[in-house]
Amino acid sequence: MVSADGSKMRYDLQIIASWIKENSKVLDLGCGNGDLLAWLITNKNVQGTGIEMDEQKVEHCISRGLSVLQGDFNEEVDDYPDTSFDYVILSQTLQQVYEPARLLYSLSRIGKRVVVSFPNFSHISIRLQLLFKGLAPKNEQLPYSWYDTPNIRVITLKDFRKFARDVGYEIAEEVAINTQQHDYYGKIVQNFTNLRATYGIFSIEKANR
Amino acid sequence: MVPETKTMQSDNTIIEDAPLLVEKQFFTFADGADKMVLESGALLGPVTVAYEILGTLSPKRDNAILIAHAFSGDSHVAGYYPEDMQREKPGWWDSVVGPGKGIDTDKYFVICSNILGSCMGTTGPASLNPETGCPYGLNFPMVTIGDMVEAQKLLIDHLGIEQLHCVIGGSVGGMQVLEWCVRYPEMVRSAVPLATTMRHSAMAIAFNEVARQAILADPNWQRGNYYNGTPPHMGLAVARMVGHITYLSDEAMRRKFGRRLQDKNDFSYEIDVDFEVENYLRYQGSKFVQRFDANSLLYITKAADYYDFTNKSVKGKAVRDFSMSKARFLVISYSSDWLYPTYQSKELVQALKRAGRDVSFCEIEADAGHDAFLIPDKRLQNILKGFLDGIGRRL
Repeated sequence: MVSADGSKMRYDLQIIASWIKENSKVLDLGCGNGDLLAWLITNKNVQGTGIEMDEQKVEHCISRGLSVLQGDFNEEVDDYPDTSFDYVILSQTLQQVYEPARLLYSLSRIGKRVVVSFPNFSHISIRLQLLFKGLAPKNEQLPYSWYDTPNIRVITLKDFRKFARDVGYEIAEEVAINTQQHDYYGKIVQNFTNLRATYGIFSIEKANR
Repeated sequence: MVPETKTMQSDNTIIEDAPLLVEKQFFTFADGADKMVLESGALLGPVTVAYEILGTLSPKRDNAILIAHAFSGDSHVAGYYPEDMQREKPGWWDSVVGPGKGIDTDKYFVICSNILGSCMGTTGPASLNPETGCPYGLNFPMVTIGDMVEAQKLLIDHLGIEQLHCVIGGSVGGMQVLEWCVRYPEMVRSAVPLATTMRHSAMAIAFNEVARQAILADPNWQRGNYYNGTPPHMGLAVARMVGHITYLSDEAMRRKFGRRLQDKNDFSYEIDVDFEVENYLRYQGSKFVQRFDANSLLYITKAADYYDFTNKSVKGKAVRDFSMSKARFLVISYSSDWLYPTYQSKELVQALKRAGRDVSFCEIEADAGHDAFLIPDKRLQNILKGFLDGIGRRL
C-alpha cells in the first residue's frame, strides 16, 4: 500500500500538491523517494507516475507501491502520447536542465498543465554576495561552488515570466515562497517577490490551446 | 489478515517454520478427438501439463499469481518435495517465492507450470506419441511461446481462476508474460516481465544456433531418435556451456574465475582442463544432461527465436500491442545482462508508455549477467512485494 506522510514533504511540494485537482493524472519528473506522488495518491486519489534516475530511489518508490520509471526524464517524456497527463511536475530541477526550452515544450505536449518550481537567483542574499564579496553566490537553496554545481541555469522569477510569455505559455498560477530549515517550512511571499522569495512555483499551459 | 509465518513462544524463541512442501501435479487435456491446435496449424494431443501450487486460493479466487519459468526451468518454483528429506533441492526461485518473501505465499496463491515442449512433466518431444507408442522425437510439432501460453490458460481455467493477480516471468518466461497480455488481456491484472525482451536479437539467435548445432553434430543424436539408445550427452553439454556463457557476464566471470587454474600451478600443455572457468562449464554441462532432454532444447530455443511480440503476421491475432491490456506493468532489467540488455527492456517500456499503460521500470545494478534474476537479492524481493501489494489500489 502507498504510505504518505504529508508533514515530511518539502514546502514547495505542499504548495504544488494544493494545486492538483482530485482524480487527475500526474507525472512527477525527478520524483525522488516519491513523497509527493504518495501524498497525492492518498489525499487526492490521483493516478500518479514518477520518473527518477537513481536506482535506489526507484526501488524505494516501487517498494512503496508507486508507479515509477527509472531513466532520464529529458528522454523518457518523449514516449508519451499527447496530453497523457493533467499535470506534469518539475520541482527544483529546471535549473539543472540542459535544454529547458525543449523540455518545457515536450512537457506542455504531454501534460495539460506544467508545474515548475526552481530556486530564485535574484534573492537578496544572492544579490548581496555578488555585490559585496564579488564571489559566485551560495545559499541554502544553491549551496554549490561554481566548479561542482549541477545547477547550470541561472533563473529568476522575472526571467521565467518573460520566458513563458516569449515562448507562448500562459501562467495559470504563480506563487513565490520563502523557505527555511532545509525547505520543509516556509511562507508565501506577497511583495517584492523577485527580491525576497527563495523559490518560485509556476503552473503554465500552452497559450490558445 | 495475513497469518504469521513464525510463531513466538513464551520464552521469545522463534520456532523455525516447517519447510514448505510442494508436489508436482498433472493436468491433461485434448485427450479425446479434440486435439490442441498449435499456432503452426499442427494438432497435438493428449497434452499433459505438470504444475505446482503454493499458498491458498482466496474465496473470491482473486489472489492467484502465475509464474512462467525460463527455458530450462520447471514447475518446481519453490519449496521442497516431501521425498527430498535432506532438503537439497529447493525450487528454482525459492529465494523469491514463499511465506513472507517477495512473492508471499501467505497472501498469494502461486501457480507454476512446466512449459509445452519441455521434459519436466509436460508433454514434449520425449513424451510418447500415442500414434506410434514411441517417443515423439522430431515428430513432435513445433511449439511457440503462444502455444505455451494456451496450455497455461487451459490449466488456469481448470483451476477455476477467471483473473490472475499477476503473471510473472524472467527470460523466456517474460515472453510468456507478454503473450498473456496480448492473448488474454482481461485475465491479467498485473504483469512482471523481467530480464526479457520483445524479440531475440541476432546475437541471441546466434548463440541458440550454436547450442542447437552442438546437439545436431553429436553422432548420438540420430536425428532426434535416441530414446532407446545413448542420448547426445556431449552435444547437450556443449549447448549448455554456450548457454551458460550468455547467462553470465564479463564482470561475473572475472570475479568468479579470473584466469585461475584448476587444481594446478602451471599449464598442463595438453588439451585438458587448465582454467577454473573450463572446469565450471564442463561441470554445468555434465549436470545439465542428467536432467534435460536434447530435443526439448532444440524445440524451446527455436520457440524463443521465433518469438516476436511485434510480429503482426500471427494468425487471428490482429492486435499485437498493449492497447487491449488493462494491466499494471513492472519491467525489470539487469545492468550486466548482455543476452537481453537493458535497451531491450526500455523498448518494451516505450511500447507500454505509447499504449498508455501504467508501467514501472527498474534497472537493477548487478554484475551477475542474465542469471541475476535467479540470484537471491533483497532489492528484487522489496520491489515485487511493493508492486504486488499495490495492485488493486485503484481497481
